Amino acid sequence: MQSTSLTVNGSAVRVTADGDTPLLDVLRNHLGLLGTKFGCGQEQCGCCIVLVDGHPEKSCGKPLSTMAGKAIVTIEGLGTPDRPHPLQQAFLDEQAGQCGYCLSGILISAKALLDHNPSPSRPEIAAALDDNICRCGSHVRILRAVERAARLLREGAAR
Amino acid sequence: MNTQPTVPPLLAANPRLDRWVGFPAPGRVTVSTGRVEIGQGVLTAMLQIAAEELDVAPERIQLQTGDTDLTPNEGYTAGSQSIQFGGVALRLACAEVRALFLDHAAASLGYSRPDLSVRDGAISLRGQPTGQDYWSLAAAVDLRRDATGRAPTKRVGDYGVVGQNSPRLDLAAKVFGEPIFAHDMVLDGMVHARVVRQPRRGAAIANFDEAALRRAAQGPIEILRQGNFIAILGADETVVEAVAAVASGHVAWDGVDAINPFQEEARWLLQQPSIDQTIGPAPSSEPIPGTTRYEATYTRMHVAHASVAPSCGLAVYRDGRLTVWTHSQGVYPLRAALARTLKLDPAAISVKHVQGPGCYGHNGADDAAADAAVIAFHRPGQPIKVRWRREEEFGFEPVSPAMVTTARAALDASGRPVDWTTEIWSGRHTSRPGGGGNLLAAEALPDPPPPPPAVEGGYPPGAGTRNGEPLYDFPAKRIVHHLVAETPVRTSSLRGLGATLNVFAIESTMDELAERAGQDPVAYRLSVLSDPRARAVVEHVARISGWQAGLPSGTGHGRGIAFARYKNMAAYAAVVADVEVEESVRLARVWCAADAGLVINPDGAINQLEGGVIHAASWTLKEGVRLDGAGISSRDWESYPVLRFSEVPKVTVELIDPGADRPCLGVGEASGGPTVAAIANAVAHALGTRLRDLPLTRERIMAALIKA
Repeated sequence: MQSTSLTVNGSAVRVTADGDTPLLDVLRNHLGLLGTKFGCGQEQCGCCIVLVDGHPEKSCGKPLSTMAGKAIVTIEGLGTPDRPHPLQQAFLDEQAGQCGYCLSGILISAKALLDHNPSPSRPEIAAALDDNICRCGSHVRILRAVERAARLLREGAAR
Repeated sequence: MNTQPTVPPLLAANPRLDRWVGFPAPGRVTVSTGRVEIGQGVLTAMLQIAAEELDVAPERIQLQTGDTDLTPNEGYTAGSQSIQFGGVALRLACAEVRALFLDHAAASLGYSRPDLSVRDGAISLRGQPTGQDYWSLAAAVDLRRDATGRAPTKRVGDYGVVGQNSPRLDLAAKVFGEPIFAHDMVLDGMVHARVVRQPRRGAAIANFDEAALRRAAQGPIEILRQGNFIAILGADETVVEAVAAVASGHVAWDGVDAINPFQEEARWLLQQPSIDQTIGPAPSSEPIPGTTRYEATYTRMHVAHASVAPSCGLAVYRDGRLTVWTHSQGVYPLRAALARTLKLDPAAISVKHVQGPGCYGHNGADDAAADAAVIAFHRPGQPIKVRWRREEEFGFEPVSPAMVTTARAALDASGRPVDWTTEIWSGRHTSRPGGGGNLLAAEALPDPPPPPPAVEGGYPPGAGTRNGEPLYDFPAKRIVHHLVAETPVRTSSLRGLGATLNVFAIESTMDELAERAGQDPVAYRLSVLSDPRARAVVEHVARISGWQAGLPSGTGHGRGIAFARYKNMAAYAAVVADVEVEESVRLARVWCAADAGLVINPDGAINQLEGGVIHAASWTLKEGVRLDGAGISSRDWESYPVLRFSEVPKVTVELIDPGADRPCLGVGEASGGPTVAAIANAVAHALGTRLRDLPLTRERIMAALIKA
């Protein structure tokens, strides 16, 4: 057991757990942040992607011991129903999803893309989401939603 | 003169109106449906149907779904039947409730019944408020009565909610990361559990090194053993998951015969004993004079559901009552199976549906729920959560069976079939737990149930035989079915069932017959297709895709078309696909035209058809379960690849309005078979040679090119 300090969605937290504990388990079971999902535990499906210091990372493969001092952003850190992030608004506008289990990871991957590329082409969006599996076939709507979010963000920045 | 109306089966089975509709508080309506949300958006459509027939704003309605304590028993949410059958029952129930309130208002208040109507729950007289509404009259109108099915439903022309795009009820929670999945449930005092899986039915523990397993754990665990069922329990999920991953190394099993890996390809089915059936006229033993013969054989490997998350179930057994939370497709059938497994009265079991990852058929959900139920039963008072590991899901979910389909036709002088046979070899497509056994946990317990009987539902709609009969106007058509009871791995239903391979075989054949006849594939199909709605989808997809006859083949660019009406009784769909093929296939564009009759939520239906296109594209290009001696060896996303974002085509889906008041036709599985066949036809067009074995991988394309 060890005590590790990190920042999650802007708040400083201290977690006491074995250093091998995957960040995903820390988020879900120690911090009660259940928006980030378990999909495979093998860093292959993208359901558990969060931002670590701005980079999209598969939290199932990140031991807590490597997270000291890092800034984590999860789906809960994006927006709320009252103040949705433009990505969340765009996914609702485009009705981009079916079962929705993959969506938190996809929204975080998309945020990482738009944070450094405000005007991605459709192939660039697809490439940025290639680490995320969607099994229901909502891909076309998801790609459209990320394009819409990019537009919303650019318009917001221009105002 | 009134003839007795036919009460639709789901309403006849659940006649009590108070099981469907209630008015619990002023301004509030509860509507119950046995249908469950499995990613397909069905609850949104059900809400629209109820709001329409009750004449209340959708926001007033609280839906209760899939709960043996609360909702009607509608069996399974499966087979693209929710709207076509469940929706019809709900519509009639709601219409009857509205009529009962209007009857009561007329009788008790002295109004003329034809002058009364409902607007957002309020009863009005010739459009003027009466001061009465559902809630003020609720105490006086007893809904504890059986539906007659006699109440008039609204005319389609009067619809205001049905037929409009309605945002999905479930989507907002999902984009904000709310904990709505079974996987997110936290029960007070809950412990996590994982099961050490019996490798196969009948396998027995020869040696279990429990001490070694305990030593491998990085924290406190408990071990539960009942017969050949072993579970690991603990408060810390990280500890339980880690030890479960190595647990199989500490158990030795007897009674595990090695599987022949050759069985991963479908042709082994041809040598197996089978239960045989011919549907349609007996085949002629002699060649039909004046005809030429066509025959070709098509195959598919086993296909996994491969939901994006592994299955999960929760349970608690307290004071003689078992409560189970599951993402199963059928809470009532699961309850019946659990009752038999645990020798409990079904009335002592509550099964409640909670959302899970996208469900495309009988996957691991029932088994994970049974795992939790068995463990909970042996740990009274202790809430249990079982979440399968990824490799467990791939290794132990029931997969869609490998199949072989041969299309055989006798062609007249014009090249059109006068006699058609679809001959099918397949493992079973239905082995759901409701009928008896087939819960993994039950099979591992002492005194396991007998294997489920090797039977499949009759045709139509059939299971392995599904869509085996072409909709085309051939004078004689038959299906010959060989049901192979013994398969190397457990098989059951996956989206489309046998229709996927059967449509692939039939529609590949149609392209080959068109080529032999020197005709364009669209024109050839239309020359043998008289159903006007079928013609309309084929013509529409040809139009929106800019179909051109006579494009040269073998150029590396290919275009293909295919058509089917799912089950020959649900929605019609025609698909055109564009591909580019070098060593592998790049799927560039797909167009789909569908006729689903009356559509409740057009955007929801389009979403399902789009999803079906992409799902089927993944089957066609990528998917096949791999076997080794131990069973399923493709146990992760690298050994079972699926279509990724960069590989997804542009997709255009258009719904055709059939024009008159047409019944709803199930849409969830309609685009799959035609998509598989359209891609295969496009690949054949691009290569100038045809591949008949799915999936159309790079290796198979290279082999076909070398052979050609």
